[in-house]
Amino acid sequence: MGGQRVLVVGAGLAGLRAAEGLRAHGYTGDITVVGDEAWAPYNRPPLSKEALHGDLAHEKLAFRVRSNAADVTWRHGVAATHADLAARLVRFDDGEVMGYDALVAATGVRARRLQIPGPPQTAAARRHVIRTLDDAVGLRAGLVPGAKVVVLGAGFIGCEVAATATTLGCEVHCVAIDPYPMVRPLGPELAAELQRRHEKHGVTFHLGVGVAEFVGDHHVTDVVLTDGTRLGTDVVVEALGSRCNDEWLDGNGLDLDDGVLTDTALRPVRDGAPVDGVAVVGDLARFPNLRFDDRALRVEHWSIPTDTGRRAGAVLAAYLAGDGYADAVAARWDVLPSFWSDQFDIRLQSYGMPGLADADGIRVLEGDLSDECVVGYHRGDELVGVVGVGMLRVVNGYRDRVGHPVVG
Amino acid sequence: MSFKVIVDWDLCQDHGQCAFAAPEVFHIGDDGTMVVLVEEPDEALRSKVEDAADVCPVQAIRIQG
Repeated sequence: MGGQRVLVVGAGLAGLRAAEGLRAHGYTGDITVVGDEAWAPYNRPPLSKEALHGDLAHEKLAFRVRSNAADVTWRHGVAATHADLAARLVRFDDGEVMGYDALVAATGVRARRLQIPGPPQTAAARRHVIRTLDDAVGLRAGLVPGAKVVVLGAGFIGCEVAATATTLGCEVHCVAIDPYPMVRPLGPELAAELQRRHEKHGVTFHLGVGVAEFVGDHHVTDVVLTDGTRLGTDVVVEALGSRCNDEWLDGNGLDLDDGVLTDTALRPVRDGAPVDGVAVVGDLARFPNLRFDDRALRVEHWSIPTDTGRRAGAVLAAYLAGDGYADAVAARWDVLPSFWSDQFDIRLQSYGMPGLADADGIRVLEGDLSDECVVGYHRGDELVGVVGVGMLRVVNGYRDRVGHPVVG
Repeated sequence: MSFKVIVDWDLCQDHGQCAFAAPEVFHIGDDGTMVVLVEEPDEALRSKVEDAADVCPVQAIRIQG
């Protein structure tokens, strides 16, 4: 067994869990994890919430590493530039080329940026995103009482930042092309209720409009919307979704239309056949989830890096051992995605894939929409997702009723 | 042999995910707050408790020993 090497490209949560998963499934060879950030893996959800209030120290956010992964080699601040899957080589931006016996692709996503006229895409120009610890440190300095904050995008991150900035005493405007905040995961009724609650706390929404222009020389002073509205601003937060960090996998014949298409063993697919010895994990993976159907989807929920990392560890450990590989590949794959979000005094907790619901399949199952409630999302007769507003114990009770878990 | 489960109660926000991963050790009380049932679980439960620590959204669970 000696002399084998697993190369994990991407040093976030998914890369960490894949390394731990390899060890948990008996792999004893070398594991090298290479990531482009300066930091060891850390927890990102607090970056748009409590960490903006207080302590943004890396040691407060760093993940505990399981003792079984204490001997993993970490290289931070180095980015992969190209992988050659046929030759089993990865080239990095410091010039190094590393070979591997198995590869984990865990490079995740980056924040999408608006491509419109105006000052450059830098924190100094007061244009912020929130993906990394360094992003959050740059943003926090601007979130002072009385600051005028324009949040572009009303998804998870946009809504969380709007709430956090408001709580910190900022004057917050939230701009989105959608008709309601978080309408895609929540559906219109709950999203409209969420909007009312944000407005009650002082957030001003500009919905159904886009951004035409950033005004300012060295930094943004005004944001001009497509309906002509001009918003003076001290801080702009671009919370407009993500782009996959998949460029380093170009040229290998993979399906990179939206992340990397994989099979249920998380192996990338080339010409309809899986590539053995490679696994794609975390936000980057577009995988079928048999709890719902065989359609491959990317799922940017916090639970997915851990689930996919563990799965990749099991599959690759068996592959490298040459023992039990067919069984590992065939093992059921029916993960239950989950997300939570804290906005003001609102705790949202979801299980499943609410976004798969029929337009007329969204119903309040328990409680009252104006207070605490559990909303069910149906596709035909099937419950594909639930979202709790508060009522944590009740929504937790629906966990096993979402989708159709494979019995085995 | 056993190990020690340490919860940072300043961090814990009662998400309850640990109680699904390791119900022998973590429990959601009637009032919705988390309770540690066994502070020094048997070694056989280590893997489950590590799973519970993994899935804690605020990473409030640590394992000593």
